[in-house]
Amino acid sequence: MRMRTLVARELFERKSQLVTTFLAVVLGITVIVAIKNITYYSEKAVARQMDSLGANILILPKSVTLQDYYAADVQGDTIPEEYVTRLALSDLRGLDNLSPKLSVPVELGGRKYLLTGILPKNEFQAKAAWSGAGIFSRPAGCGAMPTLPFTGNDQKTLVRKRVIDHLADDEVLVGAEVAAALRLREGAALELLGTRFRVTATLPQTGTIDDSRLFAHLHRVQELSGKGPVINAIEVIGCCQEISKGLVQKLNALLPEAKVVTITQIADAQIRMNRLMAQLSAVFLGIIVLVGGAGIANYMYANVHQRRREIGTLMALGATSGFILRLFLSKALVLGAAGGVAGYLLGTVLALVLGPRLAGVPVLPMPELAGLAIAVSASLALAASFFPARRAARLDPCTTFQEV
Amino acid sequence: MLVMENVSKQYRHRGQWIAALDGANLHIGPGEFVSVVGPSGSGKSTLLLLLGGMLSPTTGRVLLEGQSLYDLSADQRARLRREKIGFVFQTFNLLGYLTALENVETALYLAGVPPELQRRRATELLRRVGLGRRLHHKPCELSVGQQQRVALARMLANAPPVILADEPTGNLDPETTGQILDFLEQLHGEGKTIVMVTHDPRAAQRAQRVLRLAEGRILVPGKGTPHSAPLSNPRGHRWARSSASDNEGFP
Repeated sequence: MRMRTLVARELFERKSQLVTTFLAVVLGITVIVAIKNITYYSEKAVARQMDSLGANILILPKSVTLQDYYAADVQGDTIPEEYVTRLALSDLRGLDNLSPKLSVPVELGGRKYLLTGILPKNEFQAKAAWSGAGIFSRPAGCGAMPTLPFTGNDQKTLVRKRVIDHLADDEVLVGAEVAAALRLREGAALELLGTRFRVTATLPQTGTIDDSRLFAHLHRVQELSGKGPVINAIEVIGCCQEISKGLVQKLNALLPEAKVVTITQIADAQIRMNRLMAQLSAVFLGIIVLVGGAGIANYMYANVHQRRREIGTLMALGATSGFILRLFLSKALVLGAAGGVAGYLLGTVLALVLGPRLAGVPVLPMPELAGLAIAVSASLALAASFFPARRAARLDPCTTFQEV
Repeated sequence: MLVMENVSKQYRHRGQWIAALDGANLHIGPGEFVSVVGPSGSGKSTLLLLLGGMLSPTTGRVLLEGQSLYDLSADQRARLRREKIGFVFQTFNLLGYLTALENVETALYLAGVPPELQRRRATELLRRVGLGRRLHHKPCELSVGQQQRVALARMLANAPPVILADEPTGNLDPETTGQILDFLEQLHGEGKTIVMVTHDPRAAQRAQRVLRLAEGRILVPGKGTPHSAPLSNPRGHRWARSSASDNEGFP
């Protein structure tokens, strides 16, 4: 005889109770796992939507105002491109994307447009030192996430997010208004500042100044405009949580010669949305813990009542109160752990099936939730069983006998 | 061995105090076989539980081998029970979800006996009470007599010097009653101290001494039918005869 044998035999003796309690635990954990899983991917979807609002931090020359920037960011003042390197090499956390830009006016078909140089992301990543600096590392739950394999990788949407992955020297992306006015299509040839470019994409209408822009590689624009390694602005998508923790102040300290501006409306919306998602998740978790805990406690109290005679017998045989406590808590632990495993599996399946239908987001299994499910389930079962188990351990053995 | 010094036990029931035991003084020597008789509610089971360290007295002291039981903590009393006291119950109190073997092993497990030794010792004990072929039967698969024998084997698991039996034959037919009493006599013969509560006058007469209780008082501490030579078991063969298949090896 061992404790585990005693617990297992008793568990399977009362099968109907075992099944109902186990189901209660499993259902509770299933809901927790499913909600956490769907919420996680919903948060990411919301974060992606938030990212599409654009940059939330701007790094500008000291003399430039936000109005100047919104007017067309062709102000005369520039900042060195080296600032981008400084940012990339820093240990600042929460910088999701950096988009250095240099805009120069160009004339096409008798009309003036803006040619904006941008730096593709692959040039950041190619530099091992930069990727090692952790610039794109970020806490979970805010800002952009790596593109899911099934969500596509369209240059048109990436431009809207201020960063694209690849851009060759002779490639140009054309804004909607420019494309319409000049009747440009993908693959068309175009001459800008005396150099031939190939249109790789015409961008969808945004209703912003971007519609009358053409985008080319930053270094090409610097070279053709003769301005050297300078930029007009760095658009930054900062992790909203880090912004609230003082990212802007840290940027100011890092780049004292530049002006760091937060686009408060966007950052605030991101912070609010993330907070709402986290609160919703916590509320669901709280409700389930309460309901699940009450169910387990109820079962354990009933179990103690049913087993009073058995407890008395064990005490007559010499069981100490500590042994009785361990007996009941071991049972709770077994139920909790098994319920956690089953709940995780069922919850994951539920999330995969219901996530796309209810929340409209693609959901992937999250193995890290298995540990959480087992820990929550076992802790819940132990906590809910503690008082019934203590009650059992404190039972007066004589009152448990019919003969008295 | 077992001593009660002016022990009283009072219960409060619906606002009224009821004296389950009133000023009991008792001395039971080592190796004595005492039966306790009296009408229902006279305090017999209360006396037994007090002696077993299961019910604290309102006043007075209960001593086992000179040790005052209720000066010990509940867990110390539990350990003392494990080592020195074996209980036999009217309704056997077997754990229904365990087999006969596992029921006996449980008592050994509580005493910290390693699993392999538990199995060997439990098998020996069940063979001794004639249940060598019922090791893996659950209580519901055994007759009431067999269940009581499993309870006896479990009680003997840790070789307690004191046996407290509460109506051990109360639920049994006359033949099985005889077998259980024979077995208790045999244990008495081996030097165990036995206190047996019973309603059955004939069972009571098998003890060396009969205590009579009425309304919580020990009325006549006197001698019962003398059993000067209980070491031999004149009806021991009946175990083997009553059900040969179930009783091999007993005693």
